[in-house]
Amino acid sequence: MNIKGFYIDKFIDFEKKLNGESITNFHSFRKDAIAKFKEIDFPTTKNEEWRFTDVSPITKQNFIPANLISKIKIDKSKVEKIIFTGFDFHLLVFVNGIFEPSLSEIKDLPKNVFVGSLKKFQAEKEDLFYKHFNKIVSNDTAFNFLNSSFSVDGFAVYVPKNIVLEKPIQVLFINGSEDENILISPRNLFVVEENSQMKLIVNYNGLNNQKYFSNIITEIFIGENAIVDYYQIQNENDNSYHIEKIQAIQKDKSLFNQFNITFGGEIVRNDINSKLDGEYIETHFYGLYMINGKQHVDNHTFVDHAKPNCMSNELYKGILDENSHGVFNGKIIVRQDAQKTNAYQQNKTILLYKGATIDTKPQLEIFADDVKCSHGATVGHLDEVSEFYIRSRGVPKELAKSMLIRAFANDVIETMKITELKEQINHMIFQHLHQIEI
Amino acid sequence: MLVIKNLKANVEGKEILKGINLEVKAGEIHAIMGPNGSGKSTLANVLTGNENYEVTDGEVLFDGKNLLEMDPETRAREGMFLAFQYPIEIPGVSNATFLKTALNEIRKYKGLEEITPKEFLALIKEKASLLGMDDAMISRYVNVGFSGGEKKRNEILQMLMLEPKFVLLDETDSGLDIDALKIVANGVNIYKNPNTAFLVVTHYQRLLNYIVPDFVHVLYKGRIIKSGTKELALELEDKGYDWLIKEEEMEKV
Ligand SMILES: Nc1ncnc2c1ncn2[C@@H]1O[C@H](COP(=O)(O)OP(=O)(O)OP(=O)(O)O)[C@@H](O)[C@H]1O
Ligand SMILES: [Mg+2]
Repeated sequence: MNIKGFYIDKFIDFEKKLNGESITNFHSFRKDAIAKFKEIDFPTTKNEEWRFTDVSPITKQNFIPANLISKIKIDKSKVEKIIFTGFDFHLLVFVNGIFEPSLSEIKDLPKNVFVGSLKKFQAEKEDLFYKHFNKIVSNDTAFNFLNSSFSVDGFAVYVPKNIVLEKPIQVLFINGSEDENILISPRNLFVVEENSQMKLIVNYNGLNNQKYFSNIITEIFIGENAIVDYYQIQNENDNSYHIEKIQAIQKDKSLFNQFNITFGGEIVRNDINSKLDGEYIETHFYGLYMINGKQHVDNHTFVDHAKPNCMSNELYKGILDENSHGVFNGKIIVRQDAQKTNAYQQNKTILLYKGATIDTKPQLEIFADDVKCSHGATVGHLDEVSEFYIRSRGVPKELAKSMLIRAFANDVIETMKITELKEQINHMIFQHLHQIEI
Repeated sequence: MLVIKNLKANVEGKEILKGINLEVKAGEIHAIMGPNGSGKSTLANVLTGNENYEVTDGEVLFDGKNLLEMDPETRAREGMFLAFQYPIEIPGVSNATFLKTALNEIRKYKGLEEITPKEFLALIKEKASLLGMDDAMISRYVNVGFSGGEKKRNEILQMLMLEPKFVLLDETDSGLDIDALKIVANGVNIYKNPNTAFLVVTHYQRLLNYIVPDFVHVLYKGRIIKSGTKELALELEDKGYDWLIKEEEMEKV
């Protein structure tokens, strides 16, 4: 049986397990999705958007949808080991994509703010849910339809207008099973209305080294004059597959800072998109990925300048060791109406070993005439003169290398506004690259 | 302390040092002068182990040990130090982290215990104040956003912290205003003692007014073409290099 047939079959089991839930509106959304899934093939390298990423290792294997297996029990101590600490935050924990209230901790929230699971959001704020859910993203690959078909939960945040959420929300995903290869399909939604502000830390983690497949969709609505800082730290295990689509829509004068920090995954594909649907919007995309072994990380970003007077700035940096492979495709569209657009993009890569490779491709499509756009890509090695300088002070070569890796990552790390998070990411960089910590 | 015998070195296949002979004893200060491109920085890089420079002939003994066999970090731990002509910036690594790491590596090599954070902080504050450096410089990233003069001062701070035996100053005076020059020279003079030696690369007499050399050598096209005492520097300031170069060409003929 081909892989699509496998999932289509599993959908029947999945439906049975839903019991009462299978008659809700949400389930008709799933049924639409599986119908679309039947019609569409998984992308191949013949598809321009997937040219550098061969997903056949993912589509050749069967991954059992997570809610068909028995629940995994996670101890609080495990959670404590992997969350970012040293500051105050709300905590949402998901085990294989399903909310785990006993491990989560939501502190006092301003009135009408919702922080919790998508399922609960749907139940409690149905109108709001349907106003935004699946309205921001457009499903366009078999992976997207697969996510929609099997989606049951994910995180949801709703901040009504004029509210500044002081504490960041930390969302921890613990993924994987003891003995089976599973499919995890989180479906996340966050809505921040006008004049409101929030900070989000999303932390994907592998339970153990068992293979699994995280297939995620995240939708974001950023209202007028709202500010969203979104830190994503992907630390899945190195055997896992991670395919994710993040789609934001931004309104007038909003500010969106997105950090995409990638450590884990054997094959990773991120699509991070923002539609700048208003004027005087600012969008910052920062990416940092540190990979080794046979890891393959493909970051596709898309900034859609639809209206005038907006600015976007993108900085993606990769540190590639051993036989890892990086892909960066930065797409910027400046539509005809979007006069006075400023759009910048930079992609910098350091190769630590001769086996590491990067494919980088800027994709600028400009239909307005009064715009400032620039892009640049550099690929290099650690600077020898700098290495000599450090060693000439008595510091051993390996440690000099660590310092230069830290130096390379600095302009992304430095931009983060949560100090403790910075320090812990710092630590993770050295750990993941098997470098001595400075 | 340092004996250089017939040292020859290539950069990218081109011979830059063409047989240098020089002996520097403990307690001495030697100045090296010479026109641009004559090989002064090359000599400094070869002595400190920059792997981009290929030694093709000759020998260097550092307190009797074969210096050219050692990697750069070992040379540093043995007591070599180069104040760079163009100091490097290391974003993300603070001056304090950098120097503590370096100092502890050197101490480890010498069989000493690691310095405690408290001792370290006291030490670096003391040395920084000797150089008129603000405490804030300690927590700033190595040379990032430093002015040219601050970078040079930072090199001297590193010297004071790491306490090398043999110090190479490569145009440490360039880019310094007269006050900064005095401060840097003062740092060197405070540090110098009968167990240390200096090799000072400079184009200008003005540094040598403050750091007074015992010997002055002129490097030209990879060879020392003239050696003398501090008066030679004054003569060069006055007459330039042309007369020496002419003498040298005459000799060749
Ligand atoms: N890394 C390098 N790559 C290529 N050429 C080099 C390198 N370093 C030095 N050279 C060449 O070697 C020669 C000597 O250079 P060096 O820097 O030693 O001169 P210098 O005496 O220090 O000059 P200056 O007074 O300008 O500092 C020059 O021709 C220079 O171009
Ligand atoms: Mg020089």
